[in-house]
Amino acid sequence: MNAPLTHARGAAIRFTDLTLGYDRHPAVHHLSAKVEAGGLVAIIGPNGAGKSTLLKAVAGALAPLSGHVSVEGARRRAIAYLPQLAAIDRTFPICVFDLVATGLWRRTGLFGGFSRTDRDAVSQALAHVGLTGFERRTIDALSGGQLQRALFARLMLQDADVILLDEPLTAIDTKTAADLLDVLRGWHAEQRTILAVLHDMNLVRDLFPHTMLLARELVAYGRTDDVLTQANLARARHMIEAFDEAAHICEHDKAAAQ
Amino acid sequence: MTFYDFAIAPFAEFEFMRRALVGCLALALGAGPVGVFLMLRRMSLFGDAMAHAILPGAAIGYLAAGLSLTAMTIGGLVAGFTVVLLAGLVTRATALKEDASLAAFYLISLALGVTIVSLKGSNIDLLHVLFGSVLALDDAAMILLAAMASITLVVLAIIYRPLVLECVDPSFLKSVSRAGGPAHLAFLALVVMTLVGGFNALGTLLSVGIMMLPAAAARFWAIELTGMICVATLIGLLSSVSGLILSYHLGLPSGPAIILSAGVAYFASLAFGPHGGLVLRLLPQRHLEA
Repeated sequence: MNAPLTHARGAAIRFTDLTLGYDRHPAVHHLSAKVEAGGLVAIIGPNGAGKSTLLKAVAGALAPLSGHVSVEGARRRAIAYLPQLAAIDRTFPICVFDLVATGLWRRTGLFGGFSRTDRDAVSQALAHVGLTGFERRTIDALSGGQLQRALFARLMLQDADVILLDEPLTAIDTKTAADLLDVLRGWHAEQRTILAVLHDMNLVRDLFPHTMLLARELVAYGRTDDVLTQANLARARHMIEAFDEAAHICEHDKAAAQ
Repeated sequence: MTFYDFAIAPFAEFEFMRRALVGCLALALGAGPVGVFLMLRRMSLFGDAMAHAILPGAAIGYLAAGLSLTAMTIGGLVAGFTVVLLAGLVTRATALKEDASLAAFYLISLALGVTIVSLKGSNIDLLHVLFGSVLALDDAAMILLAAMASITLVVLAIIYRPLVLECVDPSFLKSVSRAGGPAHLAFLALVVMTLVGGFNALGTLLSVGIMMLPAAAARFWAIELTGMICVATLIGLLSSVSGLILSYHLGLPSGPAIILSAGVAYFASLAFGPHGGLVLRLLPQRHLEA
Protein backbone atom coordinates (compact mmCIF):
# COMPACT_ATOMS: atom_id res chain seq x y z
CA MET A 1 0.00 0.00 0.00
CA ASN A 2 1.26 3.44 -0.79
CA ALA A 3 2.05 5.71 2.10
CA PRO A 4 -0.08 8.85 1.99
CA LEU A 5 1.72 11.69 0.26
CA THR A 6 2.63 14.20 2.91
CA HIS A 7 3.44 16.88 0.36
CA ALA A 8 0.20 16.67 -1.57
CA ARG A 9 -0.12 20.15 -2.97
CA GLY A 10 -2.71 19.92 -5.68
CA ALA A 11 -6.07 21.56 -5.15
CA ALA A 12 -9.46 20.06 -5.82
CA ILE A 13 -11.74 21.81 -8.28
CA ARG A 14 -15.49 21.66 -7.79
CA PHE A 15 -18.05 22.67 -10.40
CA THR A 16 -21.48 23.24 -8.89
CA ASP A 17 -24.38 23.49 -11.35
CA LEU A 18 -22.08 25.67 -13.42
CA THR A 19 -23.41 27.46 -16.49
CA LEU A 20 -20.99 29.52 -18.56
CA GLY A 21 -21.57 31.43 -21.72
CA TYR A 22 -21.50 34.53 -23.81
CA ASP A 23 -24.42 36.92 -24.26
CA ARG A 24 -26.61 34.64 -22.11
CA HIS A 25 -26.17 31.74 -24.54
CA PRO A 26 -24.72 28.85 -22.58
CA ALA A 27 -21.43 27.33 -23.73
CA VAL A 28 -21.29 25.04 -20.72
CA HIS A 29 -24.66 24.01 -19.33
CA HIS A 30 -25.39 22.97 -15.73
CA LEU A 31 -22.13 21.20 -15.10
CA SER A 32 -21.56 19.55 -11.75
CA ALA A 33 -18.37 17.59 -11.20
CA LYS A 34 -15.35 17.40 -8.98
CA VAL A 35 -11.71 17.07 -9.94
CA GLU A 36 -9.70 15.49 -7.13
CA ALA A 37 -6.55 17.15 -5.84
CA GLY A 38 -3.59 15.95 -7.89
CA GLY A 39 -5.87 14.76 -10.67
CA LEU A 40 -4.75 14.61 -14.28
CA VAL A 41 -7.87 15.15 -16.36
CA ALA A 42 -8.27 15.42 -20.10
CA ILE A 43 -11.17 17.53 -21.31
CA ILE A 44 -12.41 16.40 -24.70
CA GLY A 45 -15.35 17.09 -26.93
CA PRO A 46 -16.27 18.48 -30.34
CA ASN A 47 -15.53 22.08 -31.34
CA GLY A 48 -17.84 24.47 -29.55
CA ALA A 49 -18.38 22.07 -26.68
CA GLY A 50 -17.31 24.62 -24.10
CA LYS A 51 -13.91 23.14 -23.25
CA SER A 52 -11.95 26.38 -23.47
CA THR A 53 -14.76 28.25 -21.78
CA LEU A 54 -14.55 25.87 -18.84
CA LEU A 55 -10.81 26.46 -18.43
CA LYS A 56 -11.34 30.22 -18.59
CA ALA A 57 -13.83 29.97 -15.77
CA VAL A 58 -11.43 27.96 -13.60
CA ALA A 59 -8.71 30.52 -14.34
CA GLY A 60 -11.07 33.23 -13.18
CA ALA A 61 -11.11 34.98 -16.55
CA LEU A 62 -14.83 34.44 -17.10
CA ALA A 63 -17.65 34.96 -14.60
CA PRO A 64 -20.28 32.18 -14.53
CA LEU A 65 -23.81 32.93 -15.75
CA SER A 66 -25.01 30.81 -12.85
CA GLY A 67 -23.65 28.21 -10.44
CA HIS A 68 -20.06 28.36 -9.36
CA VAL A 69 -16.62 26.91 -9.68
CA SER A 70 -14.39 26.68 -6.65
CA VAL A 71 -10.77 25.75 -6.26
CA GLU A 72 -10.35 24.15 -2.86
CA GLY A 73 -7.16 24.18 -0.88
CA ALA A 74 -5.03 26.11 -3.32
CA ARG A 75 -2.65 28.77 -2.20
CA ARG A 76 -3.99 32.15 -3.19
CA ARG A 77 -4.13 32.68 -6.96
CA ALA A 78 -1.99 29.61 -7.51
CA ILE A 79 -3.53 28.75 -10.86
CA ALA A 80 -1.44 28.71 -14.01
CA TYR A 81 -3.30 28.96 -17.29
CA LEU A 82 -1.97 28.49 -20.81
CA PRO A 83 -4.63 29.72 -23.24
CA GLN A 84 -5.22 28.13 -26.62
CA LEU A 85 -3.87 30.93 -28.75
CA ALA A 86 -1.64 32.63 -26.25
CA ALA A 87 -2.33 36.28 -26.97
CA ILE A 88 1.36 37.01 -27.17
CA ASP A 89 2.58 39.92 -29.25
CA ARG A 90 5.34 38.09 -31.10
CA THR A 91 6.78 41.34 -32.47
CA PHE A 92 7.49 42.80 -29.04
CA PRO A 93 11.26 43.11 -28.55
CA ILE A 94 11.63 40.92 -25.47
CA CYS A 95 14.04 38.01 -25.19
CA VAL A 96 13.21 34.43 -24.24
CA PHE A 97 14.86 34.69 -20.83
CA ASP A 98 12.80 37.72 -19.83
CA LEU A 99 9.55 36.20 -21.10
CA VAL A 100 10.12 32.99 -19.16
CA ALA A 101 11.24 34.94 -16.09
CA THR A 102 7.80 36.54 -15.86
CA GLY A 103 6.72 33.15 -14.52
CA LEU A 104 8.33 34.22 -11.24
CA TRP A 105 5.93 37.17 -11.01
CA ARG A 106 4.32 35.99 -7.79
CA ARG A 107 7.72 35.95 -6.12
CA THR A 108 9.14 39.15 -7.53
CA GLY A 109 5.99 41.17 -8.10
CA LEU A 110 6.27 44.72 -9.32
CA PHE A 111 9.47 45.71 -7.60
CA GLY A 112 11.00 42.57 -6.11
CA GLY A 113 14.65 41.99 -6.82
CA PHE A 114 15.75 39.28 -9.20
CA SER A 115 18.31 37.19 -7.37
CA ARG A 116 20.94 34.74 -8.54
CA THR A 117 18.65 31.93 -7.37
CA ASP A 118 15.89 33.28 -9.59
CA ARG A 119 18.30 33.49 -12.50
CA ASP A 120 19.31 29.86 -11.94
CA ALA A 121 15.67 28.83 -11.70
CA VAL A 122 14.95 30.39 -15.09
CA SER A 123 18.02 28.75 -16.62
CA GLN A 124 16.96 25.38 -15.22
CA ALA A 125 13.45 25.74 -16.58
CA LEU A 126 14.85 26.66 -19.99
CA ALA A 127 17.20 23.66 -19.88
CA HIS A 128 14.28 21.43 -18.92
CA VAL A 129 12.35 22.33 -22.08
CA GLY A 130 15.47 22.22 -24.26
CA LEU A 131 15.85 25.92 -24.85
CA THR A 132 19.34 26.39 -23.43
CA GLY A 133 21.23 28.75 -25.69
CA PHE A 134 18.07 30.63 -26.68
CA GLU A 135 18.12 32.97 -23.66
CA ARG A 136 18.97 36.12 -25.60
CA ARG A 137 16.91 35.41 -28.71
CA THR A 138 13.97 37.70 -29.15
CA ILE A 139 10.61 35.96 -29.31
CA ASP A 140 9.95 36.96 -32.92
CA ALA A 141 12.84 34.67 -33.88
CA LEU A 142 11.20 31.59 -32.30
CA SER A 143 9.25 28.93 -34.14
CA GLY A 144 5.79 28.00 -32.90
CA GLY A 145 7.14 24.93 -31.13
CA GLN A 146 9.97 26.85 -29.51
CA LEU A 147 7.55 29.46 -28.21
CA GLN A 148 5.37 26.70 -26.74
CA ARG A 149 8.48 25.27 -25.04
CA ALA A 150 9.19 28.71 -23.59
CA LEU A 151 5.62 29.01 -22.33
CA PHE A 152 5.93 25.59 -20.65
CA ALA A 153 9.12 26.80 -18.99
CA ARG A 154 7.19 29.77 -17.70
CA LEU A 155 4.45 27.47 -16.39
CA MET A 156 7.12 25.50 -14.52
CA LEU A 157 8.34 28.65 -12.84
CA GLN A 158 4.82 29.62 -11.85
CA ASP A 159 4.92 26.65 -9.49
CA ALA A 160 1.12 26.48 -9.44
CA ASP A 161 -1.15 24.03 -7.62
CA VAL A 162 -3.52 23.97 -10.55
CA ILE A 163 -2.35 23.96 -14.17
CA LEU A 164 -4.78 24.56 -17.02
CA LEU A 165 -3.63 23.76 -20.57
CA ASP A 166 -5.80 24.60 -23.55
CA GLU A 167 -4.78 22.49 -26.56
CA PRO A 168 -1.11 22.71 -25.58
CA LEU A 169 0.09 20.38 -28.33
CA THR A 170 -1.77 21.70 -31.35
CA ALA A 171 0.58 22.31 -34.29
CA ILE A 172 3.53 20.92 -32.33
CA ASP A 173 5.86 18.31 -33.84
CA THR A 174 6.26 14.89 -32.22
CA LYS A 175 9.68 15.56 -30.69
CA THR A 176 8.51 18.77 -29.02
CA ALA A 177 5.27 17.13 -27.97
CA ALA A 178 7.20 14.28 -26.34
CA ASP A 179 9.42 16.73 -24.46
CA LEU A 180 6.46 18.78 -23.25
CA LEU A 181 4.60 15.65 -22.18
CA ASP A 182 7.61 14.74 -20.04
CA VAL A 183 7.22 18.07 -18.32
CA LEU A 184 3.53 17.31 -17.84
CA ARG A 185 4.32 13.91 -16.28
CA GLY A 186 6.69 15.70 -13.91
CA TRP A 187 3.91 18.01 -12.78
CA HIS A 188 1.59 15.05 -12.24
CA ALA A 189 4.24 13.30 -10.17
CA GLU A 190 4.44 16.45 -8.05
CA GLN A 191 0.74 16.08 -7.29
CA ARG A 192 -0.36 19.20 -9.10
CA THR A 193 -3.92 19.23 -10.40
CA ILE A 194 -3.90 19.37 -14.20
CA LEU A 195 -6.76 20.01 -16.63
CA ALA A 196 -5.85 19.77 -20.31
CA VAL A 197 -8.05 20.29 -23.34
CA LEU A 198 -6.97 17.81 -26.01
CA HIS A 199 -8.08 16.34 -29.31
CA ASP A 200 -5.62 13.45 -29.62
CA MET A 201 -7.55 10.44 -28.30
CA ASN A 202 -4.50 8.15 -28.31
CA LEU A 203 -2.64 10.61 -26.14
CA VAL A 204 -5.59 10.86 -23.77
CA ARG A 205 -5.76 7.06 -23.48
CA ASP A 206 -2.02 6.75 -22.87
CA LEU A 207 -1.48 9.50 -20.39
CA PHE A 208 -4.64 10.70 -18.70
CA PRO A 209 -6.22 8.59 -15.96
CA HIS A 210 -9.45 10.59 -16.06
CA THR A 211 -11.40 12.22 -18.86
CA MET A 212 -14.27 14.66 -19.02
CA LEU A 213 -16.33 14.52 -22.21
CA LEU A 214 -18.18 17.76 -22.82
CA ALA A 215 -20.75 18.72 -25.42
CA ARG A 216 -22.02 21.86 -23.76
CA GLU A 217 -23.60 19.45 -21.27
CA LEU A 218 -21.46 16.95 -19.42
CA VAL A 219 -21.64 13.74 -21.47
CA ALA A 220 -19.42 11.55 -19.35
CA TYR A 221 -16.77 11.94 -16.70
CA GLY A 222 -14.67 9.32 -15.02
CA ARG A 223 -11.92 6.83 -15.78
CA THR A 224 -10.68 7.41 -19.32
CA ASP A 225 -11.51 3.89 -20.55
CA ASP A 226 -15.07 4.20 -19.32
CA VAL A 227 -15.55 7.60 -20.92
CA LEU A 228 -14.02 7.01 -24.34
CA THR A 229 -16.65 4.64 -25.67
CA GLN A 230 -18.14 4.82 -29.15
CA ALA A 231 -21.57 5.44 -27.67
CA ASN A 232 -20.40 8.41 -25.59
CA LEU A 233 -18.48 9.98 -28.48
CA ALA A 234 -21.40 9.62 -30.85
CA ARG A 235 -23.73 11.16 -28.27
CA ALA A 236 -21.36 14.12 -27.88
CA ARG A 237 -21.29 14.73 -31.63
CA HIS A 238 -25.08 14.86 -31.83
CA MET A 239 -25.49 17.22 -28.93
CA ILE A 240 -23.61 20.08 -30.51
CA GLU A 241 -25.62 22.49 -32.56
CA ALA A 242 -25.31 26.18 -33.32
CA PHE A 243 -26.39 28.91 -30.95
CA ASP A 244 -30.13 29.36 -31.29
CA GLU A 245 -30.64 33.13 -31.49
CA ALA A 246 -34.29 32.73 -30.49
CA ALA A 247 -33.53 30.33 -27.65
CA HIS A 248 -35.97 30.35 -24.76
CA ILE A 249 -35.06 30.94 -21.17
CA CYS A 250 -33.61 27.71 -19.84
CA GLU A 251 -36.44 25.52 -18.44
CA HIS A 252 -34.07 24.05 -15.88
CA ASP A 253 -33.70 27.51 -14.32
CA LYS A 254 -37.42 28.24 -14.56
CA ALA A 255 -38.19 25.09 -12.69
CA ALA A 256 -35.62 25.95 -10.06
CA ALA A 257 -37.03 29.46 -9.66
CA GLN A 258 -40.57 28.25 -9.01
CA MET B 1 34.72 78.12 -38.55
CA THR B 2 36.16 76.05 -35.73
CA PHE B 3 34.25 73.39 -33.89
CA TYR B 4 34.06 75.75 -30.93
CA ASP B 5 32.47 78.48 -33.04
CA PHE B 6 30.06 76.02 -34.54
CA ALA B 7 28.89 73.96 -31.61
CA ILE B 8 29.93 75.58 -28.34
CA ALA B 9 29.86 79.32 -28.89
CA PRO B 10 26.11 79.65 -29.46
CA PHE B 11 25.49 78.18 -26.03
CA ALA B 12 28.43 79.88 -24.32
CA GLU B 13 27.47 83.32 -25.53
CA PHE B 14 23.70 83.38 -25.24
CA GLU B 15 21.74 82.53 -22.15
CA PHE B 16 18.54 81.86 -24.08
CA MET B 17 20.37 79.17 -26.04
CA ARG B 18 21.58 77.53 -22.84
CA ARG B 19 18.05 77.57 -21.45
CA ALA B 20 16.68 76.12 -24.66
CA LEU B 21 19.32 73.40 -24.52
CA VAL B 22 18.58 72.41 -20.92
CA GLY B 23 14.84 72.46 -21.56
CA CYS B 24 15.10 70.31 -24.67
CA LEU B 25 17.47 67.82 -23.07
CA ALA B 26 15.05 67.39 -20.15
CA LEU B 27 12.18 66.93 -22.56
CA ALA B 28 14.07 64.38 -24.66
CA LEU B 29 15.01 62.33 -21.58
CA GLY B 30 11.39 61.70 -20.69
CA ALA B 31 9.99 61.62 -24.21
CA GLY B 32 12.35 58.89 -25.48
CA PRO B 33 11.12 55.98 -23.37
CA VAL B 34 7.49 57.13 -23.53
CA GLY B 35 7.71 57.22 -27.33
CA VAL B 36 9.16 53.71 -27.48
CA PHE B 37 6.28 52.29 -25.44
CA LEU B 38 3.74 54.19 -27.54
CA MET B 39 5.26 52.68 -30.66
CA LEU B 40 5.39 49.14 -29.24
CA ARG B 41 1.77 49.38 -28.08
CA ARG B 42 0.84 50.40 -31.63
CA MET B 43 -0.30 53.75 -30.28
CA SER B 44 2.02 55.91 -32.37
CA LEU B 45 -0.87 58.11 -33.47
CA PHE B 46 -2.29 58.35 -29.97
CA GLY B 47 0.33 60.98 -29.11
CA ASP B 48 -0.73 62.99 -32.11
CA ALA B 49 -4.38 62.83 -31.13
CA MET B 50 -3.58 63.87 -27.57
CA ALA B 51 -1.45 66.76 -28.77
CA HIS B 52 -4.54 68.15 -30.48
CA ALA B 53 -6.74 67.35 -27.54
CA ILE B 54 -4.81 69.47 -25.05
CA LEU B 55 -5.20 72.60 -27.18
CA PRO B 56 -8.48 73.97 -25.71
CA GLY B 57 -7.15 73.56 -22.17
CA ALA B 58 -4.04 75.51 -23.03
CA ALA B 59 -6.13 78.09 -24.86
CA ILE B 60 -8.46 78.63 -21.91
CA GLY B 61 -5.44 78.91 -19.64
CA TYR B 62 -4.00 81.47 -22.02
CA LEU B 63 -7.22 83.48 -22.12
CA ALA B 64 -7.55 83.43 -18.36
CA ALA B 65 -4.02 84.41 -17.48
CA GLY B 66 -2.22 85.48 -20.64
CA LEU B 67 1.03 83.76 -21.55
CA SER B 68 1.18 82.18 -18.12
CA LEU B 69 2.98 78.90 -18.09
CA THR B 70 1.19 77.63 -15.02
CA ALA B 71 -2.27 78.41 -16.35
CA MET B 72 -1.59 76.89 -19.76
CA THR B 73 0.02 73.81 -18.27
CA ILE B 74 -2.84 73.16 -15.88
CA GLY B 75 -5.35 73.78 -18.67
CA GLY B 76 -3.51 71.40 -20.98
CA LEU B 77 -3.30 68.66 -18.34
CA VAL B 78 -7.00 68.97 -17.51
CA ALA B 79 -8.03 68.86 -21.18
CA GLY B 80 -5.72 65.92 -21.90
CA PHE B 81 -6.88 63.79 -18.97
CA THR B 82 -10.51 64.64 -19.72
CA VAL B 83 -10.24 63.39 -23.29
CA VAL B 84 -8.38 60.22 -22.24
CA LEU B 85 -10.95 59.39 -19.59
CA LEU B 86 -13.98 60.22 -21.73
CA ALA B 87 -12.63 58.17 -24.63
CA GLY B 88 -11.91 55.30 -22.25
CA LEU B 89 -15.42 55.47 -20.75
CA VAL B 90 -17.10 55.52 -24.15
CA THR B 91 -15.01 52.55 -25.27
CA ARG B 92 -16.03 50.55 -22.22
CA ALA B 93 -19.68 51.55 -22.19
CA THR B 94 -20.57 51.46 -25.89
CA ALA B 95 -19.80 49.50 -29.03
CA LEU B 96 -17.41 52.16 -30.32
CA LYS B 97 -13.76 51.06 -30.53
CA GLU B 98 -11.06 53.00 -28.73
CA ASP B 99 -9.52 54.65 -31.81
CA ALA B 100 -12.86 55.93 -33.07
CA SER B 101 -13.98 57.33 -29.74
CA LEU B 102 -10.59 58.95 -29.21
CA ALA B 103 -10.68 60.48 -32.68
CA ALA B 104 -14.14 61.92 -32.01
CA PHE B 105 -13.09 63.53 -28.76
CA TYR B 106 -9.80 64.94 -29.93
CA LEU B 107 -11.34 66.49 -33.03
CA ILE B 108 -14.05 68.16 -30.97
CA SER B 109 -11.41 69.29 -28.54
CA LEU B 110 -9.20 70.67 -31.31
CA ALA B 111 -12.03 72.60 -32.94
CA LEU B 112 -12.95 73.99 -29.54
CA GLY B 113 -9.36 75.05 -28.94
CA VAL B 114 -8.96 76.81 -32.27
CA THR B 115 -12.30 78.57 -31.75
CA ILE B 116 -11.31 79.80 -28.31
CA VAL B 117 -7.93 81.05 -29.46
CA SER B 118 -9.25 82.87 -32.52
CA LEU B 119 -12.18 84.44 -30.67
CA LYS B 120 -9.96 86.23 -28.25
CA GLY B 121 -6.39 86.07 -29.37
CA SER B 122 -4.48 86.83 -32.55
CA ASN B 123 -2.91 84.46 -35.06
CA ILE B 124 0.44 85.05 -33.43
CA ASP B 125 -0.92 83.57 -30.20
CA LEU B 126 -2.22 80.55 -32.04
CA LEU B 127 1.17 80.05 -33.62
CA HIS B 128 2.76 80.22 -30.21
CA VAL B 129 0.51 77.54 -28.78
CA LEU B 130 0.81 75.36 -31.86
CA PHE B 131 4.55 75.65 -32.36
CA GLY B 132 5.98 76.76 -29.02
CA SER B 133 8.84 79.07 -28.24
CA VAL B 134 11.86 77.11 -27.16
CA LEU B 135 14.07 80.19 -27.22
CA ALA B 136 11.96 81.95 -24.60
CA LEU B 137 12.02 79.46 -21.75
CA ASP B 138 11.93 81.19 -18.36
CA ASP B 139 12.90 79.66 -15.03
CA ALA B 140 9.44 78.35 -14.36
CA ALA B 141 9.30 76.60 -17.73
CA MET B 142 12.68 74.97 -17.19
CA ILE B 143 11.74 73.76 -13.72
CA LEU B 144 8.51 72.39 -15.17
CA LEU B 145 10.33 70.52 -17.93
CA ALA B 146 12.89 69.11 -15.52
CA ALA B 147 10.23 68.09 -13.01
CA MET B 148 8.16 66.37 -15.67
CA ALA B 149 11.17 64.48 -17.00
CA SER B 150 11.98 63.30 -13.48
CA ILE B 151 8.41 62.24 -12.76
CA THR B 152 8.23 60.43 -16.10
CA LEU B 153 11.38 58.42 -15.45
CA VAL B 154 10.42 57.53 -11.87
CA VAL B 155 6.87 56.49 -12.81
CA LEU B 156 8.15 54.46 -15.76
CA ALA B 157 10.51 52.65 -13.42
CA ILE B 158 7.59 51.85 -11.13
CA ILE B 159 5.22 50.57 -13.82
CA TYR B 160 7.89 49.05 -16.05
CA ARG B 161 7.12 45.36 -15.44
CA PRO B 162 3.33 45.50 -15.84
CA LEU B 163 3.67 47.88 -18.78
CA VAL B 164 5.99 45.53 -20.65
CA LEU B 165 3.97 42.46 -19.79
CA GLU B 166 0.75 44.13 -20.83
CA CYS B 167 2.24 44.66 -24.26
CA VAL B 168 3.65 41.14 -24.61
CA ASP B 169 1.06 38.94 -22.95
CA PRO B 170 -1.91 40.79 -21.47
CA SER B 171 -3.87 37.66 -20.54
CA PHE B 172 -0.93 36.32 -18.55
CA LEU B 173 -0.54 39.60 -16.72
CA LYS B 174 -4.23 39.50 -15.86
CA SER B 175 -3.79 36.03 -14.39
CA VAL B 176 -0.97 37.04 -12.04
CA SER B 177 -1.61 40.66 -11.19
CA ARG B 178 -4.16 43.43 -11.21
CA ALA B 179 -1.53 46.05 -12.00
CA GLY B 180 -2.22 46.07 -15.75
CA GLY B 181 -5.08 48.57 -15.75
CA PRO B 182 -3.51 51.08 -13.36
CA ALA B 183 -0.19 50.81 -15.21
CA HIS B 184 -1.94 51.57 -18.50
CA LEU B 185 -3.66 54.61 -17.01
CA ALA B 186 -0.44 55.86 -15.45
CA PHE B 187 1.26 55.48 -18.81
CA LEU B 188 -1.45 57.52 -20.58
CA ALA B 189 -1.02 60.19 -17.92
CA LEU B 190 2.71 60.24 -18.68
CA VAL B 191 1.97 60.74 -22.38
CA VAL B 192 -0.30 63.68 -21.64
CA MET B 193 2.24 65.13 -19.23
CA THR B 194 5.11 64.83 -21.67
CA LEU B 195 3.05 66.53 -24.37
CA VAL B 196 2.00 69.36 -22.08
CA GLY B 197 5.59 69.82 -20.97
CA GLY B 198 6.66 69.66 -24.58
CA PHE B 199 4.28 72.26 -25.89
CA ASN B 200 5.97 75.02 -23.93
CA ALA B 201 9.12 74.29 -25.84
CA LEU B 202 8.00 72.85 -29.15
CA GLY B 203 4.29 73.59 -29.34
CA THR B 204 1.40 71.14 -29.09
CA LEU B 205 1.90 69.68 -32.53
CA LEU B 206 5.66 69.32 -32.70
CA SER B 207 6.10 67.94 -29.18
CA VAL B 208 4.81 64.63 -30.57
CA GLY B 209 7.83 64.62 -32.87
CA ILE B 210 10.37 64.43 -30.07
CA MET B 211 8.53 61.33 -28.78
CA MET B 212 7.79 59.40 -31.94
CA LEU B 213 10.63 60.11 -34.37
CA PRO B 214 13.45 58.91 -32.06
CA ALA B 215 11.37 55.86 -31.10
CA ALA B 216 10.70 54.93 -34.72
CA ALA B 217 14.39 55.43 -35.56
CA ALA B 218 15.50 53.30 -32.60
CA ARG B 219 13.60 50.29 -33.94
CA PHE B 220 16.28 50.00 -36.65
CA TRP B 221 19.20 49.95 -34.21
CA ALA B 222 18.22 47.67 -31.36
CA ILE B 223 16.35 44.36 -31.17
CA GLU B 224 15.68 44.48 -27.46
CA LEU B 225 13.58 46.88 -25.45
CA THR B 226 16.36 48.19 -23.23
CA GLY B 227 18.57 49.01 -26.16
CA MET B 228 15.68 50.57 -28.01
CA ILE B 229 14.91 52.93 -25.13
CA CYS B 230 18.57 53.95 -24.83
CA VAL B 231 18.92 54.60 -28.57
CA ALA B 232 15.66 56.56 -28.71
CA THR B 233 16.68 58.77 -25.81
CA LEU B 234 20.10 59.32 -27.32
CA ILE B 235 18.63 60.28 -30.69
CA GLY B 236 16.26 62.67 -28.94
CA LEU B 237 19.12 64.31 -27.07
CA LEU B 238 21.32 64.60 -30.16
CA SER B 239 18.45 65.99 -32.26
CA SER B 240 17.84 68.65 -29.61
CA VAL B 241 21.47 69.76 -29.67
CA SER B 242 21.88 69.67 -33.43
CA GLY B 243 18.49 71.30 -34.02
CA LEU B 244 19.37 74.22 -31.78
CA ILE B 245 22.81 74.65 -33.39
CA LEU B 246 21.33 74.58 -36.89
CA SER B 247 18.58 77.00 -36.01
CA TYR B 248 21.21 79.36 -34.59
CA HIS B 249 23.49 79.30 -37.62
CA LEU B 250 20.86 79.15 -40.36
CA GLY B 251 18.25 81.34 -38.71
CA LEU B 252 15.65 78.56 -38.73
CA PRO B 253 12.77 78.43 -36.27
CA SER B 254 14.19 76.29 -33.48
CA GLY B 255 11.27 73.96 -32.68
CA PRO B 256 10.88 72.71 -36.25
CA ALA B 257 14.68 72.54 -36.60
CA ILE B 258 14.84 70.12 -33.65
CA ILE B 259 12.10 67.91 -35.07
CA LEU B 260 13.67 68.05 -38.54
CA SER B 261 16.96 66.89 -37.00
CA ALA B 262 15.09 63.96 -35.49
CA GLY B 263 13.59 63.42 -38.94
CA VAL B 264 17.06 63.23 -40.46
CA ALA B 265 18.01 60.68 -37.80
CA TYR B 266 14.89 58.73 -38.71
CA PHE B 267 15.71 58.67 -42.42
CA ALA B 268 19.32 57.72 -41.71
CA SER B 269 18.13 54.85 -39.49
CA LEU B 270 15.60 53.77 -42.08
CA ALA B 271 18.36 53.59 -44.65
CA PHE B 272 21.35 52.32 -42.69
CA GLY B 273 19.95 50.71 -39.53
CA PRO B 274 21.30 47.19 -38.95
CA HIS B 275 17.90 45.72 -38.05
CA GLY B 276 15.59 45.96 -41.03
CA GLY B 277 17.25 49.01 -42.61
CA LEU B 278 16.75 49.38 -46.35
CA VAL B 279 20.39 49.21 -47.44
CA LEU B 280 21.04 45.94 -45.64
CA ARG B 281 17.83 44.55 -47.08
CA LEU B 282 18.76 45.47 -50.62
CA LEU B 283 22.35 44.25 -50.41
CA PRO B 284 22.64 40.64 -51.49
CA GLN B 285 23.52 38.78 -48.31
CA ARG B 286 24.83 35.25 -48.16
CA HIS B 287 22.82 33.25 -45.67
CA LEU B 288 24.52 31.56 -42.76
CA GLU B 289 25.13 27.88 -42.30
CA ALA B 290 22.83 27.53 -39.28
